Amino acid sequence: MALKTEPFVLNIGPVHPSTHGVFRMRATLDGEVIIDMEPVFGYLHRGIEKLAEERTYTGVIPLTDRLDYLASMSNNLAYVLAVEKLAGIPVPERAEYLRVILAELQRIASHLIAVGAFLNDCGAFFTPFLYMFREREKIVDLFEMVSGQRLLYNYMRIGGFTQDIPDEFLPALDKFVRQMPGFIDEYDRLLAENEILLARAKGVGILPKELAINICASGPVLRGSGVNWDIRKVDPYSIYDRFEFDIPTGSAGDCYDRYRVRVQEMRQSLRIIEQAMKQLPSGAVRSEVPHLIHPPAGEAYAHIEAPKGELGFYLVSDNSIAPYRCHIRAPSLMNLTALREMMLGWKIQDAIIIFGSIDITMGEVDR
Amino acid sequence: MTLALSGQEVVAKLEQQFPGSVIESSENNLLVKSESIFDVAEYLKSSPELDFDYLNYIAAVDYYNYFELVYQFTSMKHNHSLVLKTRCYDRENPAVPSVVRLWQGADFQEREIYDLMGISFEGHPNLKRILLWQGFEGHPLRKDYL
Amino acid sequence: MIPSPGLSLEHYWQTLPPDWPGGFWWHWLVFTVIIIAFILMLVMGYIWIERRGMGRMQARLGPNRAGPFGLLQPVADAVKVLTKEDLVPANADKIVHWLAPVVAFAPALMIFAVVPFQDGALLADLNIGILYVVAISSVSTVGIFMAGWGSNNKYSLLGAMRNVAAVVSYEIPLILAIIGVVLIAGSLSLNDIVLAQNIPFILLQPLGFLLFFIAGCAEINRSPFDLMEADSELVAGFHIEYSGMKFALFYLVEYAEALAISAIITTLFLGGWRGPALPPWLWFLLKVILVFFVMVWTRTTFPRVRIDQLMALAWKFLLPLALINLIITAIQVLAWSEALLWVMIPVNIAIMVILVLLWSKLSKLGWGRVEV
Repeated sequence: MALKTEPFVLNIGPVHPSTHGVFRMRATLDGEVIIDMEPVFGYLHRGIEKLAEERTYTGVIPLTDRLDYLASMSNNLAYVLAVEKLAGIPVPERAEYLRVILAELQRIASHLIAVGAFLNDCGAFFTPFLYMFREREKIVDLFEMVSGQRLLYNYMRIGGFTQDIPDEFLPALDKFVRQMPGFIDEYDRLLAENEILLARAKGVGILPKELAINICASGPVLRGSGVNWDIRKVDPYSIYDRFEFDIPTGSAGDCYDRYRVRVQEMRQSLRIIEQAMKQLPSGAVRSEVPHLIHPPAGEAYAHIEAPKGELGFYLVSDNSIAPYRCHIRAPSLMNLTALREMMLGWKIQDAIIIFGSIDITMGEVDR
Repeated sequence: MTLALSGQEVVAKLEQQFPGSVIESSENNLLVKSESIFDVAEYLKSSPELDFDYLNYIAAVDYYNYFELVYQFTSMKHNHSLVLKTRCYDRENPAVPSVVRLWQGADFQEREIYDLMGISFEGHPNLKRILLWQGFEGHPLRKDYL
Repeated sequence: MIPSPGLSLEHYWQTLPPDWPGGFWWHWLVFTVIIIAFILMLVMGYIWIERRGMGRMQARLGPNRAGPFGLLQPVADAVKVLTKEDLVPANADKIVHWLAPVVAFAPALMIFAVVPFQDGALLADLNIGILYVVAISSVSTVGIFMAGWGSNNKYSLLGAMRNVAAVVSYEIPLILAIIGVVLIAGSLSLNDIVLAQNIPFILLQPLGFLLFFIAGCAEINRSPFDLMEADSELVAGFHIEYSGMKFALFYLVEYAEALAISAIITTLFLGGWRGPALPPWLWFLLKVILVFFVMVWTRTTFPRVRIDQLMALAWKFLLPLALINLIITAIQVLAWSEALLWVMIPVNIAIMVILVLLWSKLSKLGWGRVEV
């Protein structure tokens, strides 16, 4: 006698402790198994692209902070690179090195949150999350020394920076860089071979390699699926071709691989910061740039390897003080495309973990 | 370094395959007719020496007389990229063939362009508003919206 | 024997007859009230231990404002929860919704009627003590299922279903582990089990202790098995729609059951109130708090398992091990006399290590993806 069952629709989000922002998943469930899923977002749409058309080129920089609010320095960097490409503004050496140091520190901070939140979704009740935040506090203190802000820095400018770094920044950075690898090792010892984590995350939410390339994923999502594609190596921007670092890749494309890729990327970022600190020259931090920038008419696209993936800005200028069109290529939006395929057949608990392992920030998805 | 292919290099092959589709080719980009976007994109993806298997972004710009759609493709194997543009002169109901069947990553981006600019994509399986709610009137990113 | 004013307390204490307060119903009333008050105080202590202990393990301080070392934090929590508005969802089943916390809370208190705090100091010295405990503890699940159903909310229904499935599955290894202890002690009465522990049973039954601890954690919804009320997935599971005093009762249920399981573990495996220098009830308290501390430790450290992994753990891992444990214990009790009891210690520990390692290699947890 077969039991008659009926699938029901469950709304996960938009207000939910684990949806990393306001994201809604309309899941059709058969018992606990997801048989259909539809992502709904747009709850954080603020019209940044339209607002950018009404501000000066420098005035757009605070808007870009709020895209991926957990990695503001990277957003700033992508935007100022695009404007400098459009207007042909050179950047002094010291500013380039400082940009690399700040971008890599930001990558470590963002990955700490990503990994902590992923383990929180797995159910480890804030313990790894709080350990990650303890280290992130040190990075945020460094950023506060430099820009005065803890989250939305608004520090990079077109042509460099407005102010040089304070004297106490480099010794504090040195201390951090020497302590951090030991912490990552301790954290690896606690969690990398944990039976329950392996049972929850290994083989769950597999994104096959061809699908990853087809949905134009980028960042740890793409590299976790085995594709060796990192913008810092294939299309180096700023001065990344002067540093030696490896690109960690996964093999299976499951949640565990994405998590491992992020942990190892943190180590590689520390390597880059060490090299940059040694080579840091002295000099000006900003080239001569007028207050109101009038780039010549034209267009430019600049992309960087942000912590979440390939963040790009496509700018069109018509020789006025504001961009004519500013289009933002958001990595989180592209990485979300295959969410439905990754989730079908798994249970709700896995759905939360799969969503957490892609690591999106709704500020980018919705703009 | 990703080599940015200039439009002229690709023009000759395209003219052979799809005569009349290229409107103009310059150093930075390639402008094609809007009806032939899908065929040109398919050729660019499947031809072995071009092999563009990664779509970086699709952007839509509103120049007052026309809408311009900008596509950038990258080839992972050869590490080169190309910018493809197309124009749409209809203000009331602009329509362009969709490339979702070639690159699934175009799915959300085309929906967003439909939502904010009003350009509809023929052949898209699920062309609904994505960032704004169903029932919203108007297309905010157009220059004549506010 | 009503106390008359004017006598000092100590004089009064010495003039009490041995069977004070005399009479069956007085005895029942006074000691019931004393035990319930004591349990509630201890539950508040547990809440403090958990929050402060977990806070310190997570590199933060834990509550330290309400009273010295945050000791009055549970009191502050209780006052806050009592003054909240009692919301009932619109389409909820009113009677079921109202009764659920009561049905869930009462069994957790009733278990303490048979737990020995000192030699002979039990509310009711039943000679089927442990059977009574097992029977009563399953009734809580009915309360939780009523809560899940009566809330008219899909999340709470999911949480309640998971809970029922898990509790039913974990009863069996729990009971089999208990039977191992009963075989060695020779009696179902909890007082006799404590009296029979010249060597604590944790050494004689290491596998049984492990099974009981894991199954006990799963029964009371503690991490790593707390997917019934998983904060990050189901937004509080079966008690989503509860507020005010009813939520306070569910909150208390969780800690009262943790207290009950720790008390049973202490009685069955750690030797109850037995110990050298200190008074027996202090030993009992110390052991109970130690067991709870280990539970807090596991909660802070481990992620959560998935529901199908939970069920696979119960049926494929714990149940066969429990059966093997039972058979080996039975053979040992029959074959060896009382004098050779200490030989069982290394033998059983070796068996436990081998079995656990072997079984964990052989069994695969959960079945992963379902074809849609």
